[in-house]
Amino acid sequence: MTTATVEPRPDLIEPRPRTRADYLNVAYGVRSWLLTLDHKRIAILYLVSVSLFFFVGGLFAVLVRLELATPKGDLLSSDAYNKAFTLHGVVMLFFFLIPSIPATLGNFLVPLMVGAKDLAFPRLNLLSWYIFIAGGILGIYAMLAGGVDTGWTFYTPYSTKKAYTEVVPAAMAAFITGFSSILTGLNFVVTIHRMRAPGLTWFRLPLFIWSIYSTSLVILLGTPVIAITLLLAAIERVWGVGIFDPNLGGDPVLFQHLFWFYSHPAVYIMILPSMGVISELVTTFSKKVIFGYHFIAFASVMIGVIGFLVWGHHMFVSGQSPWGALIFSFLTYLVAIPSAIKVFNWISTMWRGSVSWQTPMLYAFGFIGLFTIGGLTGLYLGNLGTDVHLTHTYFVVAHFHYIMVGGAIMGYLGGLHYWWPKMTGRMYPEFWGKLAAMIIFIGFNLTFFPQFVLGYQGMVRRYHEYDPEFQVLNVMSSAGASILGVGYVLPLIYLIWSLKYAKEAGHNPWGATGLEWSTTSPPPPENFDVTPVVTLPAYVYSREEAQVVP
Amino acid sequence: MDTKFALLPEQASTMAPRVDTMFWFITAVAAFFTFLIAALLLSFAIRYRRRTEDYFPKPVVGSLPLELSWTFVPLALALVMFFWGASLYFDIVRPPDNALEVYVTGKQWMWHLQHPGGQREINLLHVPAGRAVKLILTSEDVLHDFFIPAFRVKTDAIPGRYTYIWFNATKPGTYRFYCAMYCGTDHSRMTGYVEVMEPSEYERWLNERADLSLALQGRQLFQKLNCVVCHQPRAGGRAPVLENLFGTTVPLEGGQTVVADESYLRESIRTPAAKVRAGWRPIMPAFTKDKVSEEDMVKLIAFLKGLRQGQTPPRVEESEPPEAKVKK
Repeated sequence: MTTATVEPRPDLIEPRPRTRADYLNVAYGVRSWLLTLDHKRIAILYLVSVSLFFFVGGLFAVLVRLELATPKGDLLSSDAYNKAFTLHGVVMLFFFLIPSIPATLGNFLVPLMVGAKDLAFPRLNLLSWYIFIAGGILGIYAMLAGGVDTGWTFYTPYSTKKAYTEVVPAAMAAFITGFSSILTGLNFVVTIHRMRAPGLTWFRLPLFIWSIYSTSLVILLGTPVIAITLLLAAIERVWGVGIFDPNLGGDPVLFQHLFWFYSHPAVYIMILPSMGVISELVTTFSKKVIFGYHFIAFASVMIGVIGFLVWGHHMFVSGQSPWGALIFSFLTYLVAIPSAIKVFNWISTMWRGSVSWQTPMLYAFGFIGLFTIGGLTGLYLGNLGTDVHLTHTYFVVAHFHYIMVGGAIMGYLGGLHYWWPKMTGRMYPEFWGKLAAMIIFIGFNLTFFPQFVLGYQGMVRRYHEYDPEFQVLNVMSSAGASILGVGYVLPLIYLIWSLKYAKEAGHNPWGATGLEWSTTSPPPPENFDVTPVVTLPAYVYSREEAQVVP
Repeated sequence: MDTKFALLPEQASTMAPRVDTMFWFITAVAAFFTFLIAALLLSFAIRYRRRTEDYFPKPVVGSLPLELSWTFVPLALALVMFFWGASLYFDIVRPPDNALEVYVTGKQWMWHLQHPGGQREINLLHVPAGRAVKLILTSEDVLHDFFIPAFRVKTDAIPGRYTYIWFNATKPGTYRFYCAMYCGTDHSRMTGYVEVMEPSEYERWLNERADLSLALQGRQLFQKLNCVVCHQPRAGGRAPVLENLFGTTVPLEGGQTVVADESYLRESIRTPAAKVRAGWRPIMPAFTKDKVSEEDMVKLIAFLKGLRQGQTPPRVEESEPPEAKVKK
C-alpha cells in the first residue's frame, strides 16, 4: 500500500462554532412538534411513527413464525393465522417499508444535501405526515375491528366477494397512505429540481439524491394506480359493481395487472433509497470517491424506468398469453443488469480504499451480500421455466425478504446509524451497534435461507398447516426469526439511550464530504448559516481528488 | 411416508428433470456471482482496512472497460437463461394434441375432478403413467391453483374461464398436490394426491367406475335444457348450429373474432350476450349457476367438443324455445 498521504480539505476538518439554536432545542412542547414545518422535525415525526409500525408488523411476524414451528395448526386458528400474515404484509409494506427511507432519511437529508433551507413545500410536507397518520389510524381500526385476511395483495374475487373481514377499512388505509407518499415524492422532485445550492449541478449531487429522485418519480407515476385499484375493489365489494368478479361480468386477472403495475415498482420504491444509502456509506467508509458515479446514477434511473414494465412476471401462471409472458420475462432479465452494475461499482470503490469497519459499513457489507442473493434468486423467478414450479411457494417468500429485509431494511438501519449523529448530535454506542448488525445478519440468513429450499421442495405460501417433512427447515427459520428479533430490539434500546447519555458527535464524525456534514449537528432550524456554494464534485476527500474527479 | 431429507423434490414427470437442469444452471451462475462478490468484498475490506485516520487513498473515478464488462457479461448470461427458460415454458404450457383430458374444478376448499368417461373424484386424481394428461381447470368461487411439485407444474384456477396445464407422469406412485393460490380459511387443507398407475391398472380402475361418459351426459343436458330446440339445422335460423365448432375461429358482431375454446363456450352459455356471433340476434337466455353448475358446464363442453357433422340430437318433444327477455 502506498503511504503517500494528502492533506485533507480544511473546511471538512475544522470544526465550526456551534450555533446557538439547533432544530431540536429551538422550541419545546407538543405544539412545536405537531405544527412544525421544519423538514427535520417532520422526519423525526415519521421516524417515530414508522418505527412503531415496524414493531407492530414484527409482532405479526412473530405470530406467523411461532405457528409455523410445528406442522399442525396448533397455536392459532386458520382464520387468525391468515389475518396474522395479511397484517404483517399490510403493515410492513404500506406503513413501514414504503415510507421508511424516503419519509425519514429523505425528509431529513434532501434539503441538507442540496444546500436548501427546507423542502419546496413545507406545509405539504406536514400534511403528508397527517395523511400518513390518518391512514395508519384507519389501519389500526381495521386490525382492532377484526383484522383482514386477504393477504396484502387483496386479490379478487376473494377480497371483494368471499372474505368476511375488514377488507374495506384495510384497503382504504393503504389508499389514504398512498397520498402521503405522493406528496412526499412531489416535494422531493420539486426540491431537487429547483432548490439546489449555487454550483450544485446534477452530476455533483450525492448519489442518495439520485436514488431518491428516481424513487419519487416511481411514487408519482405508480401510486395513483394502486389508489384507483383499491378504490375499484372497495366499490365492487360495497356496491356490487362488476369490475373484477366474473359473476358480475368482471375479470379477476385485471385486478392482478393493475395491482402489480404499482406493486412491482413499489419494490423499487423500497430498494432504490437503500441503494442510495449504500452509495453514501461505501464512499465515506472507504474514504475514496465513488467508482463509476455516472453509471450508478443512471442505473437508478434505468431501474425506475424498466421497473414499470415487468409487472407481468408475477402472473406467469395466471393464464396470461405465453407471448406476453415472454416479453415480461425478457424485461425482467433486463432490469437485473443495473442492479449488478451498482454492486460491482460499490465493491470497486473499496478497492485500494481506506476501509473502516464501523457499524454503518457493516450494514453496507450486509446489504451487498444479502441484496446479491436476493437479486440472483430473482433469476429463478424471472425465468419462465423455473417460475412455474417456484411461484406461490416459499422460494418467493425468501426471495422478496432478501430484497426487502436483507436489502431495504439493512440499508435503512445503516443509514440511520450513519446519520444518527447528524440527526441527534450524539454518537450511538459503537460496540452495541456492531453487535446488533452482526446479530441481524446471522438471524436474517438463518430465517430466510431455509425458505429457498422449502420453496423448491414444494412448500406453498400462506399455509397454516404443512406436511411434516417440511418441519426441520421451518424450525430453523423460526429459530432464526427469534435471533433476528433480538437484533431489531437492540438498536431500539441503545439508540434511545444514546439520545441522553452518548457522547456528542461533532459536526462531521466520519470525515464525510456531503453538504449535510458541513453544518452543525444537530443542524440549526435553517440548516445553514450561509447558503453554501458548491465548487467540487461529490465525494472529494482530498486536494488530490479535487484535481482528478471530473 | 418418506421422511428422508432430499434437497429437491422427487422427479416424477417428463418435465421435472428439464426444470431441474434449468434450476442447476441458474444455481451455478448465482453461486459463482455470490462467491465472487463475497470474496471481493471480504478481501478488499480486509486488505484495504483503515489503518490510520490521516491516510487518504488515491482516487479512482471509474473504468469504462470494467463498466462495459460487468454490463455485458451478466447480460449475455441473462439472455441465455431467458431463451432457455422460454423454450421450456412453451413446452410446459402447450399440451400435446393427444393428451388425456381431465376437468378440474376448485372450490373452497376442495378439488373436484371429472374424467372423460364420467368418473368423478374429490382431492384424488388417478392418471396413467407414460401418457400426457391435460388438466382443464376452473373455479367455482375464488382463485385457486393446482400445484404438483413432483411434476414441477402448476397453474391458477380462475372463476369464469378455463386454464390448462399438462404433464406426463413417468413412474407409478402417489404424489402430493396442493392449492397454491391463497383462497381463505382452509387454503392449507385444500390438498390431495395424484395416483399414477400402470396403464393396464389404470384401465381396470376406469372400467370399475365407468359411468355415462361426460360427452353423453352433456348430450342429455343439451336436450334437457332445450338447447336442441334452437341449435339445430331445422330450427329456422334461430341459433347457429354447433357441429364442428370447437377450435374454429368465430366471427363476432362488431368485426372481431374469437377462437371457440372451452372458455368461449362457457362464456356463451353463462353470458350469451357478451360475444354474439356475427349475423345472429342476441336472443339466447343466460344460463346462470343455478341452471348449469360448473360440473354440468364441463359436461356440455365435453359434448360440444366432440360434436361432429350430423350428430346434433333431434328434438324429442315440441317445446317452447327459451328466450332472453330483450329490453324493448
